[in-house]
Amino acid sequence: MTDASPLTEGVGARLPRKEDDRLMRGRGQYVGDLRLPGLQDVAFVRSPLAHARIRAIQIPEAYRGQVFTAADLADVQPIRAVSGLAGFKVSEQPVLAKDKVRQVGELLAICLAPTRAEAEDIAAAVVLDLEELPAVHDMQAARAPGSALVHEHWGDNVFLETFVDVNFAAALDAPIRVSRTLSTGRQCMAPIEGRGTVVHLDHRLDQLVVHTASQMPHIVRNGLSECLGIEQGRLRIVSPDVGGGFGYKAILLAEDVCLAWLALRVGHPVRWLEDRREHLTANANCREHHYRITAYAERDGTLRGIDCEATVDSGAYSAYPFSACLEAAQVASILPGPYDFPSYRCRTWSVATNKCPILPYRGVARTGVCFAMELILDAVAAEAGLEPWVVREKNLVRADQMPFDNITAKHFDSGDYPEALRRALAAIDVEAVRARQRTPEPDGRRIGLGLSIYCEQAAHGTSVYSGWGIPMVPGHEQAGARLTPDGGLELRIGAHSHGQGLETTLAQVAHEILGVPVSRTRVVHGDTAMTPYSTGSWGSRVMVMAGGAVAAACRELADRALRIGAHLLQADTAACRFEAGRVVGPSGDIGLAQIAHTWYRRPQDLARDVDAGGLEVTAGYKPQRDSGTFSYAAHAAVVAVDPDLGAVEILDYVIVEDGGTLVNPLVVDGQIYGGLAQGIGTALYEEMRFDARGQPLASTFADYLLPGPAEVPEPRIDHMATPSPYTQFGVKGIGEGGAIAPPAALANAINDALRPLGATMLHAPVSQHRIVEAVLEARAATLARPREAA
Amino acid sequence: MKSARFAYERPGDLAALLARLAEAGDGVKLMAGGQSLGPMLNLRLAEPDRVLDITGVPELRRAAIEGDTLVLGACITHADIEDGRVPDITGGAMARVATAIAYRPVRNRGTIGGSLVHADPAADWVSALVALGAEVELASASGRRRLTLERFVTGALDVALAPGEMLVAVRISALSPGAAWGYAKHCSKIGEFAHAIGAVRIEPDAGRARVVIGAIERAPLLVPDPRDLFGGRIGRDFGERFDARAAEAVLRQAGMTDAVARHVHVTVLGRAVAQAAAPRPSTALPPSPTRTVSEAA
Repeated sequence: MTDASPLTEGVGARLPRKEDDRLMRGRGQYVGDLRLPGLQDVAFVRSPLAHARIRAIQIPEAYRGQVFTAADLADVQPIRAVSGLAGFKVSEQPVLAKDKVRQVGELLAICLAPTRAEAEDIAAAVVLDLEELPAVHDMQAARAPGSALVHEHWGDNVFLETFVDVNFAAALDAPIRVSRTLSTGRQCMAPIEGRGTVVHLDHRLDQLVVHTASQMPHIVRNGLSECLGIEQGRLRIVSPDVGGGFGYKAILLAEDVCLAWLALRVGHPVRWLEDRREHLTANANCREHHYRITAYAERDGTLRGIDCEATVDSGAYSAYPFSACLEAAQVASILPGPYDFPSYRCRTWSVATNKCPILPYRGVARTGVCFAMELILDAVAAEAGLEPWVVREKNLVRADQMPFDNITAKHFDSGDYPEALRRALAAIDVEAVRARQRTPEPDGRRIGLGLSIYCEQAAHGTSVYSGWGIPMVPGHEQAGARLTPDGGLELRIGAHSHGQGLETTLAQVAHEILGVPVSRTRVVHGDTAMTPYSTGSWGSRVMVMAGGAVAAACRELADRALRIGAHLLQADTAACRFEAGRVVGPSGDIGLAQIAHTWYRRPQDLARDVDAGGLEVTAGYKPQRDSGTFSYAAHAAVVAVDPDLGAVEILDYVIVEDGGTLVNPLVVDGQIYGGLAQGIGTALYEEMRFDARGQPLASTFADYLLPGPAEVPEPRIDHMATPSPYTQFGVKGIGEGGAIAPPAALANAINDALRPLGATMLHAPVSQHRIVEAVLEARAATLARPREAA
Repeated sequence: MKSARFAYERPGDLAALLARLAEAGDGVKLMAGGQSLGPMLNLRLAEPDRVLDITGVPELRRAAIEGDTLVLGACITHADIEDGRVPDITGGAMARVATAIAYRPVRNRGTIGGSLVHADPAADWVSALVALGAEVELASASGRRRLTLERFVTGALDVALAPGEMLVAVRISALSPGAAWGYAKHCSKIGEFAHAIGAVRIEPDAGRARVVIGAIERAPLLVPDPRDLFGGRIGRDFGERFDARAAEAVLRQAGMTDAVARHVHVTVLGRAVAQAAAPRPSTALPPSPTRTVSEAA
């Protein structure tokens, strides 16, 4: 740190993102930008019904040869995402439905034509003969006896039930006992770019080349290989620029399998680009949780225990690779969040319904559990007559407890959670907000303050995922590093960068070790032919895992360069050191570019015993502990609520966040901004509702509301940076946190604003309609209440 | 979604356009800014055989003041009005309504005529212009006629156009001296379709008012006797006399069964009235999704 000049681009530098130059100029290359000779477009015939028996699919004579149904794909295996957790029931998702459809939008036939419009003409001409069955549209009713069954042979609609009890009975005599029924709506992830797949045959390499917008190209290869029965060497997956993933692109879609099958069948390039209606009605579903939660506490706010029944609407099928139960099973293990208490009981159900499969969305189950936990803590505070922050301060895991194993055996690596809370309280100025609340606002709005704290386990690896037993268990992460003959650097990673800024931040990691300018470092990703195997970009794992692997590979490169450089300096290796991109000897130094030039172009100058591996390295990495890094944040929001219209304005939003060592604070801020926008969507706007026939009630963004620039305030961000003791440079994953806390912080703020009116909001999104409804109900209840004798 | 196949024509003068319209029959759709028809085509909610693009007709882009009437051609865009590229006789009321329509890209292309013919109940012009007492001028190959806007808009997405007939202009009369104007709408977020609209043009000295409750899933409701909303008479104290219960009763009578929706509509109408009664026009837009404009002319 004393010699700042050569390493100002290293770990900690606030560099603008390299990738933004092409992305902001419209020069990104997405699946939809591919132009291949002979390319034809696919439109799918999708089920208009949520649950029905298929009697017949009639293809007009004119379109024979352009329409393909399940009968044509008889050799294709269904998508199977099986969890190893005891009792998990397996759903087989046929890539094209046969016998039965189990969700609106399920694929029934592939229609192929020179243009998408013509393919849609064909799809519209295919006649379906469906016998409608009662739809399972409500996850609570789905568990009741006599419910229609999504998968008849199961005998019920439960993918998986889990139960945990840690000393629960000891909490029962607590003086405070408060219960709430809470829920979060079903959402769609809504990245700017939807899914899209272009497949062509490379006859030279005998490969099926699948261009698909994916967060995990290597996992797509696993899945496609299994479904199609094709050896992996014949499959190349290319994920080019991707316009946002958020979990939606960490899934093997049936469409991917259909397109790969079709390209093999017809022999020319084929393309499917998801449109927004398909996205909203047929594919992207996430978040729908339901909680019955009870907190037991002392009068001073100290938590004695938490009891919870949680249900997650998992939809019709188990999505590959994360499975239908990851989310609900996760609820049980992460519900305690950042709090330390002695008694805990939780039962969860992953329930099958006639909806799209639930997919992991940024924050995955954490957004729901944070909502449940933070709202019940506010209920405890209200019951105890305490400020909500007092209850949190009482129960947060303390710095002196770190590293800390919590009640569900989660291992918190480092941090000072109470300090994050204190900073947030100071920044939001609790006293000033309370003072403002004592005076009526001139416009009649109500002011409220809300808090929310979470911890975010990231980059959890083998030991965690082998326990889930899903098709994808992350192991070591690898990275390739190669010096080019002119001294530039190429890095190869198997994960994918689609908004995380990895093309910049991994170059910064390399720069920290090798001193190669960030501008001369290229990060190659998104192509199974060019990168090491990886489970991909999910779980906020890449900076820890790929970053660690890049560091390991660069250290190995530095060592090899040192040996070559020492020889060129005619010095002992032991007398030389590698520093800021140069090998420095007792009487001179030599730069990496010259060392590279020598290795590639003037091998006659190398020592006889030079390492034959040269200046290209693949190195692997796993943190000392793979139970995950724990970043965390305290969010504090001040809102103004119009009780007559339900409009909510966010007046102030403070985030105090600890993501360990920050490789690039600018990129971290970007992650927080984006996450906050999505969290505001979850809190106030986004909801995919279904009717009793299982029909999704929004098919465009006119009905599915996303927050826009006017709805997302600029937060005030404060960073703490407690290094993780287990990772390279002390980095932690931070990709999801911004989306975790806002629904709880905003709901608590709205409830704080509405408390004098007697209204409480317990469902996210806290829509305007729900607020007005609750306010009117509370007013009616007040009027109906018998007057007490004066 | 991609649209089904259709033929496309862009006639260069009104006579040619009306002739094509007359002979084309049922399968024709007129397109002005395309901000509603475009998505409907792509979603295949509309599958016309032929689209006649009317933006090539100079007459439909004309804006002029004729006596005390502002005449805006059907293809005048919301942005034309917002930016003051057309004359005004409403003391800025039109511009303020235009400013809060959807988003700027929509305002750049969307037209006043297209909005009225599409007649989405949640759109701004159908309510604001009924309150302003506007008329529409309709033309066909066989002649022209005028209708008040409340007679033109017959229901949600339904207007009184005869076969072969189109809207060519909107006629808006000047606000009289002493007339007050208030317009409020409520949206889930800025730029989205309104859930409730209140539009009032009040002439206290004449004891008259036009009061419109809009975004009610049918044609905007022009309150039959607005004096009911002000305790039986309309005077300079109308702001204090606004009776929310009377407004609620009007909505009940109109068949609005959802209590939450009624409450929101009454609240929004009350705010439109309050703005009309405010001593000075408020030009600043509040930073909430409820955009309101008011004018005392």
